[in-house]
Amino acid sequence: MFMSVTFNKACLIDTMKTVFVTVGTTSFDDLIGSVTSDESVKALIGRGYTDMVLQVGRGSVPDPDRCPGLSFQVFHYKDSIAEDMRNSDLVISHAGAGSCLEALGANKALLVVVNDKLMDNHQLELAKQLQADSHLIYCTCSTLSQTLRDMDLSALTTYVPGQPQNFANFLDKAVGLV
Amino acid sequence: MALLYVVVVSLVLLTVIILRLFGILRHGSEYKPGQKGSVSVLVVAGSGGHTTEIVRLMGSLSQSYNPRHYVIADTDKMSEEKIRTFEAEREKSGLPSQFTILRIPRSREVRQSWSSSVLSSLSALMSSVPLVFRLQPDMVLCNGPGTCVPLCAAGLLLGILGLKRVLIVYVESICRVETLSLSGKILYYFSDYFFVQWAPLKDKYPKAIYLGRLV
Repeated sequence: MFMSVTFNKACLIDTMKTVFVTVGTTSFDDLIGSVTSDESVKALIGRGYTDMVLQVGRGSVPDPDRCPGLSFQVFHYKDSIAEDMRNSDLVISHAGAGSCLEALGANKALLVVVNDKLMDNHQLELAKQLQADSHLIYCTCSTLSQTLRDMDLSALTTYVPGQPQNFANFLDKAVGLV
Repeated sequence: MALLYVVVVSLVLLTVIILRLFGILRHGSEYKPGQKGSVSVLVVAGSGGHTTEIVRLMGSLSQSYNPRHYVIADTDKMSEEKIRTFEAEREKSGLPSQFTILRIPRSREVRQSWSSSVLSSLSALMSSVPLVFRLQPDMVLCNGPGTCVPLCAAGLLLGILGLKRVLIVYVESICRVETLSLSGKILYYFSDYFFVQWAPLKDKYPKAIYLGRLV
């Protein structure tokens, strides 16, 4: 009995669970549409998410009524999305390296949605590699809701950031500073 | 006859330029601008993710790399803020901040067609040449946004004309695991130091420098 009360208390404290969606500098309305679809919202609520924050870039603002059951915030741009990343439990991002690395650097569970309509879809390379290394999960807009339902975030491993100092040391020698 | 003359002169001129270009590039590793104490850098920030990556690289460089001139696409909203935040942090940590931010037309927007890309690349070249000639940097540092090719071309032109040797340092974006970007494919042949961040690219491009992931 005592055990169950403690458990319920812990649940109450941890009631806010936020998913942060970011599309970067351009727009990615397909992602926004897909993440606010009935199936995706249902899957997120099923996983215990209560809040959704959307950064939509140049894209259009979705109708908040589309997501019953999720508290909903939208903005186009901010100087820094670091705080939104920090306050989230799951980041759903476009495949841009900047957003991906920022989320991984903040040690957040990351689901990357690749835009298969881009002219030169090189973004897939990085997503593929980082998924192979178990740092993120990737999907496309059409498989997003299914991925949200089926994904296993506990299988993700911590990402060790790159070493810019190796670059600096090499360059110092190359240009004759040392 | 006159036409033949023009063709011959053009061919000779082209050959001279090409020979001069490869002469410059072959001796790139011998050029050590750092020996005078500091290295001025033209940083091609491009936009979005490219900016985040290049700011991480800049964060590792010592104060000897100054002044720093950042070039960003004129349609870009986020990059300027990222750079200003980075430079402000740097100044807070006690390093004097010497930097400028310059804007240039973007060579290619995402989803832009190839034919209109050619036109906007030409317009980017027109604005790159005066900018690079004015700043005369010791080094151009870039990581693959479309704008970096005309800026590197302008840097090499300074060298071809014998006005100033400009080192071209290219760091392929971390996005590129198996194939180079279009800028990378071009600048692989025209850079002094060409870095890749994943082993499969090093295997395909032996001249590339691979030191693991850098950003």
